[in-house]
Amino acid sequence: MTLFSLALAVLRRDLLAAARRGSEWSNPLVFFVMVCALFPLGIGPEPQRLAELAPGILWVVALLASLLASDTVFRSDYDDATLEQMLLSHQALYPQVIAKTLAHWLLSGLPLSLLSPLLGVLLHLPTAGMLALMASLALGSAVLSFIGAIGAALTVGLRKGGLLLSLIILPLYIPVLIFGSSAVKTAVDGGPFLPQLAMLGVFFLVALALAPLAIAGALRISVDQ
Amino acid sequence: MAQTGLEVRQLYSERDDRVLFADLCFTLNAGDVLQIAGPNGSGKTSLLRILAGLSSRYQGDILWHNHSLEQQRADYLQQLLYIGHGAGIKAALSPLENLRWSCALRGLPADDNPILSALAKVGLRGFEEQACYSLSAGQQRRVNLARLFCIPAQLWILDEPFTAIDQGGVAEIEQWISDFANAGGAVLLTTHHRLAINRPLRIIELGEH
Repeated sequence: MTLFSLALAVLRRDLLAAARRGSEWSNPLVFFVMVCALFPLGIGPEPQRLAELAPGILWVVALLASLLASDTVFRSDYDDATLEQMLLSHQALYPQVIAKTLAHWLLSGLPLSLLSPLLGVLLHLPTAGMLALMASLALGSAVLSFIGAIGAALTVGLRKGGLLLSLIILPLYIPVLIFGSSAVKTAVDGGPFLPQLAMLGVFFLVALALAPLAIAGALRISVDQ
Repeated sequence: MAQTGLEVRQLYSERDDRVLFADLCFTLNAGDVLQIAGPNGSGKTSLLRILAGLSSRYQGDILWHNHSLEQQRADYLQQLLYIGHGAGIKAALSPLENLRWSCALRGLPADDNPILSALAKVGLRGFEEQACYSLSAGQQRRVNLARLFCIPAQLWILDEPFTAIDQGGVAEIEQWISDFANAGGAVLLTTHHRLAINRPLRIIELGEH
């Protein structure tokens, strides 16, 4: 019970701070919308061709938006030294890290997936793919948040960790991208997309179980200087 | 109180091939106030971070209640209150929200009364709900220091607690430190200020070699 209330307190604080700041959750969203809106201008407005590319475009851009957002998970806590307080709590880091990652997903991944049908319409994605798009993005972006948080925890102590962060986490993003866009493509073709979603679910459960350990260890290393 | 609080044996640390301190030995028992002094860059903050368990860049032994810090980590952290030189608060949140989070991290029950009285004690009555970025630097420092009064601990480690604090506030903090030591707490702090407290004060000078 105390672990749960601890996680709840961390979640509440992170959501409150992000809601007051604004830029943290709006930047990836604006990026997602802008880049998706550029594609019809770049490759021409033919519905046929756009529809064919739409699953891949939406997933790649969502992945890049998530990459863009991942640096912020621990950055401000590191800068204002509240991260030290987290590490000096005698209570387990595990629930705190899960709560922080969940807050990050609620502010980056969830809005992306809620907004994605709108951009699907923009890219002429057939309606048959909408549900698969939303579900795969919601589940997949949660995995991306956990992976991104590992990279963010490893690089938070470095002043210029941006490129290093991308190099660390991008290879780990690839399986999520493959299964995510494949789910949407299959749904558009009228096939069953549940197997791909199930794979994303497996990724999510593995990330939920193991990533917090890696994140907590990485944070201790980053602060140890 | 026969139990030794914090004991440091032959502590050695270096940074960028420069020896910060070597053969550092001291004990800190209940009621002790120990000031770490020394010029800028002499390793005061590094020492405090090592003792708080944030940094592992040292050789030597640190004992808490006669056991090594690694064995006693959870117990030690529960008794320790470390206030570093960073802000320690989220600027977008109000003092009340910041301290609610700090108390939750320490496993304290969600109760606003101790927090409100701690904020009143550090002179922030009436500022509880205001966002911290709109407070002055000294007031922000006081929000961080308010943790001293809403989180029970046996050992305070304070890194430059007087930064940005006005003269009256410095005297207040000195009073808090002596009150805490009188009540059986141990205090380890760095400051360039000459401490005026009515307790025996020990000073360790760093950077003498």
